Amino acid sequence: MTAFWILAPIMVIAALGILFVRKAVHAALLLAVVMMSLAVLYLVLQAPFLFAVQIIVYTGAILMLFLFVVMLVGVDASDSVVETIRGQRILAILAGLVLGLVLVTGLGQITLGTAVGLDNANSGGNIQALADILFSRYVFAFETTSALLITAALGAMVLAHRERLGPKPTQADLAHQRVRDYAEKGLHLGPLPPPGVFARHNSVDTPALLPDGTAAEASISRVLAARGTVRSAPELADDIETVQRRLEAFGDDTARGRGSAPASTEKDAE
Amino acid sequence: MTATPYVVLSAIIFTIGCVGVLTRRNAIVVFMCVELMLNASNLALVAFARQHGNLDGQIAAFFVMVVAAAEVVVGLAIIMTIFRTRRSASVDDASLLKY
Repeated sequence: MTAFWILAPIMVIAALGILFVRKAVHAALLLAVVMMSLAVLYLVLQAPFLFAVQIIVYTGAILMLFLFVVMLVGVDASDSVVETIRGQRILAILAGLVLGLVLVTGLGQITLGTAVGLDNANSGGNIQALADILFSRYVFAFETTSALLITAALGAMVLAHRERLGPKPTQADLAHQRVRDYAEKGLHLGPLPPPGVFARHNSVDTPALLPDGTAAEASISRVLAARGTVRSAPELADDIETVQRRLEAFGDDTARGRGSAPASTEKDAE
Repeated sequence: MTATPYVVLSAIIFTIGCVGVLTRRNAIVVFMCVELMLNASNLALVAFARQHGNLDGQIAAFFVMVVAAAEVVVGLAIIMTIFRTRRSASVDDASLLKY
């Protein structure tokens, strides 16, 4: 029971965290915590086969799939705080509390008695015993599962497949298109400005500055803009005064130091 | 050792997953909460298997895992397709059938 009392609070806190975190990636990581704890609980409950399957299938395969989709989709997918139906959130939480209370009090009413334990059923090995049942009593359900899995794989392929309607544009086509856009719509012919041009930093999250001092939107990756991690040009200009003051102070220091030890300050100023 | 604490824990996690499905807007997080509910029911099944001393509960949990794997594959493919056409993974944006 020690494992249970250690893991149960962790699982409940991680599950509650899924409700409150803003980013889908964090929710996926908290889900991983719940699933790993669950795997350990399976081991405590004498289900070593399900322990392995839980880690391999759930934490290994399903969560990786979730993370892949978060990577493809989640950047723009911020959770909106606005309610579409008024009062829906409060009602949902109330209904959840009622459901939880009913379930827990209902379970409190019954006494299950001491567990029989699986020592007898697992005597020939848990996996062997499971296989015996799976391939005798549940063999039809097992075979139906194969049909389900094939259907799911085909369905996912059909849903994710994108039909290419026209031929793939070659590099020459793209160049022609670019020049045509320039002739007809006056779009910029050259490459996009790289980030950080004429700005005070050259990191990718700093927009290029146009001659009039405004930020060039095209110089920043769309993904960074969606994440909201782009530094704004005026904000970068804020600390110019501080830097100037520091430079002046540094200049004063060197000017004062020059009188006493000219040889060393020459090197310092550089 | 009785199975009651395990079943109570399973009920609590199921409730949390339920509230998550009702309150969250991001389709991926809603899907994670569905997974949470399936896992909670699995815990109850395994706990009852131990309580009654036969392995049928573990077999049921195994089948739940298989169905969950299939469901995740198709569900995430649907989310991807919706995102590709609507540029949004919010469950509120896919509401054209309402009008």
